[in-house]
Amino acid sequence: MPRPMTITEKILAHSSGLDEVVPGQLFNCKIGLAYTMDFLGKGVFDNLEKLGAKKVFDKDKVVVVFDHKSPPCSAADANLHSIVRKQAQKYGLKLYDVGQHGMMHHVVVEEGHLVPGIVALGTDSHALTGGAAGAVVMGIGVTDIAIAMATGQLWLRVPEPVKVIVEGEFPPGVMARDIMAFLFREKGWDGTAAKWTYRAIEFAGPAIAKMEMDERFSLCNLVSDSGAKNSIIAPDETTLAYVKPRAKREFKVFQSDPDAHYEEIRTLDVSSLVPQVACPHSPDNVKDVSEVAGTKINVGIIGSCTNGRLSDIRAAAKILKGRHVQPGVRMIVSPVSQRVYKQALNEGLFSILAEAGVIIGPATCGVCTGGQLAVLGDGEVAIAATPRNMKGRMGSKEAQIYSANPAVVAASAVTGEITDPKQFLG
Amino acid sequence: MASEIIMRGRAWVFGDYTDSYQILPQQYWHGGDKIGNLDPGVLGEHAMEGAEPLFAKAAKAGEYQFIVAGKNFGGGGKSIEHPIMSLKGAGVKAVIAESASRYFFRNAINNGLATLVSEGISKKVSTGDELEVNLNTGEIKNLTTGQKMTTQPLPPIVLDIIAKGGYINYTKAQMSAS
Repeated sequence: MPRPMTITEKILAHSSGLDEVVPGQLFNCKIGLAYTMDFLGKGVFDNLEKLGAKKVFDKDKVVVVFDHKSPPCSAADANLHSIVRKQAQKYGLKLYDVGQHGMMHHVVVEEGHLVPGIVALGTDSHALTGGAAGAVVMGIGVTDIAIAMATGQLWLRVPEPVKVIVEGEFPPGVMARDIMAFLFREKGWDGTAAKWTYRAIEFAGPAIAKMEMDERFSLCNLVSDSGAKNSIIAPDETTLAYVKPRAKREFKVFQSDPDAHYEEIRTLDVSSLVPQVACPHSPDNVKDVSEVAGTKINVGIIGSCTNGRLSDIRAAAKILKGRHVQPGVRMIVSPVSQRVYKQALNEGLFSILAEAGVIIGPATCGVCTGGQLAVLGDGEVAIAATPRNMKGRMGSKEAQIYSANPAVVAASAVTGEITDPKQFLG
Repeated sequence: MASEIIMRGRAWVFGDYTDSYQILPQQYWHGGDKIGNLDPGVLGEHAMEGAEPLFAKAAKAGEYQFIVAGKNFGGGGKSIEHPIMSLKGAGVKAVIAESASRYFFRNAINNGLATLVSEGISKKVSTGDELEVNLNTGEIKNLTTGQKMTTQPLPPIVLDIIAKGGYINYTKAQMSAS
């Protein structure tokens, strides 16, 4: 019998035909899915050519999704798309081009490429998102991905596991990201103390079991900024109900052994949590919403791979229904994918938002990176349901970004200042 | 197994939490849509610009070969390799930090830039000190002060990747061998 293992260890071992793996072990890992996007796509294909790879290891396990520069906002971006599109065609890869696109971390699960039990790699730090489907998903660079695409393998180090048990009921206005935002206070983020660097973060417990997939993706996504190697939620009925109708391949479900060893086990009760706000200029400069309530804002943003899902847009619409964005505040919503865009449209959420004075944009990473739609000028203050708030992240270095959940953003857009959404959720 | 790799050079010391944005400011992170994509020659002009604008010029002139840093060097959650290419372009041979972010460590090794972790090194080395670094044993000598320091030696696969000049070359060699 192999030693008791966590779900992450089991998936890593199984992927490569090993009976067991132990934290710290280096091994050659077989890859189940590799995906990239527009911004770094050229670098990926350049590296494939440097390797002399005429084809990828398995066309069904390599995907390209346009997200960072979609739709293109400059001739240079459009040229970049042309280059990456041509290369994707040359290698015979599935490409989610503009109009079918979205943030790749979401699209690969939404379209059934990323399934439970596999090891998946994406060329962006927020790749940890897909771990919510019960897979081991890591962010890597353009060198690693090219090698994974060419050979189907990569050298990896088995991460030390951490378990976070989440209990209790979510109070009104508290959302999935608040769990991780709260934990940033003690763990630091990847730009500072990063106490979770290289770790495998596994979420479990009754509050996680009650969360829908949108919320689980949001939570696992934000763990990315802790510097962890992966974040994961073991599959349950909710996972399977989401995955089964989309899965483009067969998959195997793994669970952690009850006696698996963890480096750290942390319990958190969400019942006592209030909405968390990351203040300028660091994702770990986190305060309770009450501590920053009243701060005047110019811009509200909901979108990105963290908070552009249907449940996020619903949370905003619930607050904005019959209300209006404060004059002088510009409020932008960008769904996480074209598919979510269509769902929100069909559900009537966009008419509620448009009536409230919200600008509805296409799915694009640009609302988080300062690339497009949500670009800040000197002295502007934004409240954003996006992952990061470093100085200059969204344009001017003289701007200030507060990060929070979509309910906080919607409530703040209504009042023109940072606001606890509970007053609108009676 | 590659032969022993011993490097000599002068160090520039940086503090804790020197992140990707300080190594290479965001305006240089092009996606291949502009000149300088991942070209070390172009990006090297701006290495460490966000932390110390004088560094790149001095390093390119051959005055500094090592970056010594405090905690979590190369953090900021960036999977991009532009910051690493800037260090390579400036002529940096190795980074020795008290700790390094996962993305930085991985991408540096993959591009053949040795990255070592050594407890308390930012307090044991001053900018301008001459160091001798043995990658195989993990031993670091401060030739200016005479102090010897140890690091965890890099695993054989990592040493092999560095010896071959990066993960691409390493993989090519493996592909042609099989």
